Amino acid sequence: MAGAAPYNDERAREIIKSHLGLEGPALPILHAFMEEFGHVPDAAVKEMAEALNVSRAEMHGVVTFYHDFHREPHGRHTLKICRAESCQSMGVEKLANDFLAKLKLKWGETTPDGALTVEAAYCLGLCAHSPSALIDDEPVGCIDMETLDGIVAEAKS
Amino acid sequence: MTKIYVPLDMAAVAMGADRLVAAIEKEAASRGETVQIVRNGSRGMLWLEPLVEVETASGRVGYGPVRVKDVAALFDAGFLSGGAHPLSIGKVDDHPWMRRQNRITFARVGVIDPLSIAEYETHGGGAGLARALQLGPAATIEEVTKSGLRGRGGAGFPTGIKWKTVADAPADRRYVVVNADEGDSGTFADRMLMEGDPLSLIEGMIICGYAINGSKGYVYLRSEYPQAAIVFQGAIDAARQAGWLGDNVRGSGFKFDIELRIGAGAYVCGEETSLLESLEGKRGIVRAKPPLPAHEGLFGKPTVVNNVLSMGTVPMILEKGAQHYADLGVGRSRGTMPLQIAGNVKYGGLFETDFGIPLGDIVNDIAGGTRSGRPVRAVQVGGPLGAYLPVSLFDLPIDYEAFAAKDSLIGHGGLVVFDDTVDMAWMARFGMEFCAIESCGKCTPCRIGSTRGVETIDKIRRGENVAANIELLKDLCHTMKFGSLCALGGFAPYPVESALRHFPEDFRKPALEAAE
Ligand SMILES: Cc1cc2nc3c(=O)[nH]c(=O)nc-3n(C[C@H](O)[C@H](O)[C@H](O)COP(=O)(O)O)c2cc1C
Ligand code: SF4
Ligand code: FES
Repeated sequence: MAGAAPYNDERAREIIKSHLGLEGPALPILHAFMEEFGHVPDAAVKEMAEALNVSRAEMHGVVTFYHDFHREPHGRHTLKICRAESCQSMGVEKLANDFLAKLKLKWGETTPDGALTVEAAYCLGLCAHSPSALIDDEPVGCIDMETLDGIVAEAKS
Repeated sequence: MTKIYVPLDMAAVAMGADRLVAAIEKEAASRGETVQIVRNGSRGMLWLEPLVEVETASGRVGYGPVRVKDVAALFDAGFLSGGAHPLSIGKVDDHPWMRRQNRITFARVGVIDPLSIAEYETHGGGAGLARALQLGPAATIEEVTKSGLRGRGGAGFPTGIKWKTVADAPADRRYVVVNADEGDSGTFADRMLMEGDPLSLIEGMIICGYAINGSKGYVYLRSEYPQAAIVFQGAIDAARQAGWLGDNVRGSGFKFDIELRIGAGAYVCGEETSLLESLEGKRGIVRAKPPLPAHEGLFGKPTVVNNVLSMGTVPMILEKGAQHYADLGVGRSRGTMPLQIAGNVKYGGLFETDFGIPLGDIVNDIAGGTRSGRPVRAVQVGGPLGAYLPVSLFDLPIDYEAFAAKDSLIGHGGLVVFDDTVDMAWMARFGMEFCAIESCGKCTPCRIGSTRGVETIDKIRRGENVAANIELLKDLCHTMKFGSLCALGGFAPYPVESALRHFPEDFRKPALEAAE
């Protein structure tokens, strides 16, 4: 689950330093930023570029390539609904569209109170229990509108 | 004290296994019973999850799917000694789903405690590595080659030949990289193996490192698999503690260690060169080949990249001998394939069987047809880049070459079943959309072509110049197939073309939609 600590350069440098012993440390560092700050702010990218001795543009390119890393904080919880083929075979397209319409959200958006970001995922490896979802790191199989409503209620509480 | 097994497998957890463990513990305590709960992997009968097993004098008796509300009744029925209850499936090993399989890669999954080195060894673990150390590196590679094992990640390349290429490449360092990106929809075998028998993957990697003279292994695991990450890291730690990893592997003097790395939500990073770029900390842009990763892979060093299943099967091959594995299967598809049965099916799960079983037997017989109860219309085999097959092709045997001859692929062994409510034009559109979302952007046919594909199918679905647009779509598929650098752009046309070929009526029903 993404963290929510306020960003500070000091802590970012600490995180970077603790990973410098690794070969190719960029992804582990970015994951650690996500876990700590819930996003990867531009200031953190700058620190990283300096420490890893690459240009900021290059570092920025790495961050934006991957779906998991984002530059702005998301909601307190993230719901990933699988919309890949197996889940399509069990009607996820309609379910997800109805759900998003009910929340007045599009894929990738966050509820106005900042409680929940809803993202599309492409297979969660739970395809024998389609349609399925991940709420933060917790898997949920055979979802329906009732399950999703429950997830929203819990995220808001 | 009674031993109870409740899987830690992510699919079981998704159906409430963690809550169930808490409920069983509470109920046992209130009744003064002492139970020991073991978190095993899943047996693969996923429709029965959470499947609770109880160890009895006559074997392990299963109950499933068990919900928290069933717990008190199970105690009342005496399930601790295998008592009768409507959820009982009897002895798990006698279940027809289990008996019909030939479990080699998955022999231990669901049976043992995944993190117990002692149980792993009791069930044959370690014998493969011991034999490899006895044979020496060259003869170990020879065994893998003779077994006929082909890469289970999708391309089906002979594993032994890949290893030999890496071993023969002059270098001061060589790497073992396991591809656990498992991005194909309808697949979960890598996840199940890493959660259910992670030590077999570790042992396979050690054998590989020994065979190619490499001392460092990486596992690149997708971030959508948090449970596999926890279990596999636990297994690495246990293996290090037991002297399986480190400076002196099992007292052999051979040095090897493994590091787990987590991906970041990019399907293309399952492509091996993109994966290597990502491991190096870069954007996951596909590299042109040559050079092959076997010659210039991770950090420019010769690198074996193997799928979890390929690597995880190696210990069994060495333990039982190459011939045992090579004797199974058909044609050039030797051994067994862990099939993953998914989508709209009654019985979904993992079913490992010798190559050669007809597609229809799996769908109708083993999977029991659709969960919705409606007729089967299409099966997509091999993930999002695999073809949609109609019922008229149900005779097709699971065999790399037989599938290729029908413009389709086995890939990583996933089967997704659709009933007759599926709109194949929509699924074709989805295939193109997926390619557009996940394209690494390096080549135009894939990056731009997939977006044009979505637009063209939208026009067809709206009934605009249908015949001309179908021709355009076919042209586009042709360009993508022959103008793309990797199989994302190169194979994305397969689902689209197969939908057009086998389900043409779905591309010609605008009148119907207009009437809605
Ligand atoms: C777009 C794309 C995605 C892929 N995804 C995976 C994957 O998730 N897992 C995997 O093992 N192989 C995947 N592959 C195949 C790998 O490139 C490579 O062939 C494989 O990891 C080699 O291991 P093997 O010989 O054991 O199969 C993918 C290929 C492409 C083109
Ligand atoms: S085919 Fe697509 S994913 Fe593959 S290299 Fe080209 S742009 Fe990248
Ligand atoms: S396709 Fe949805 S979980 Fe696999």
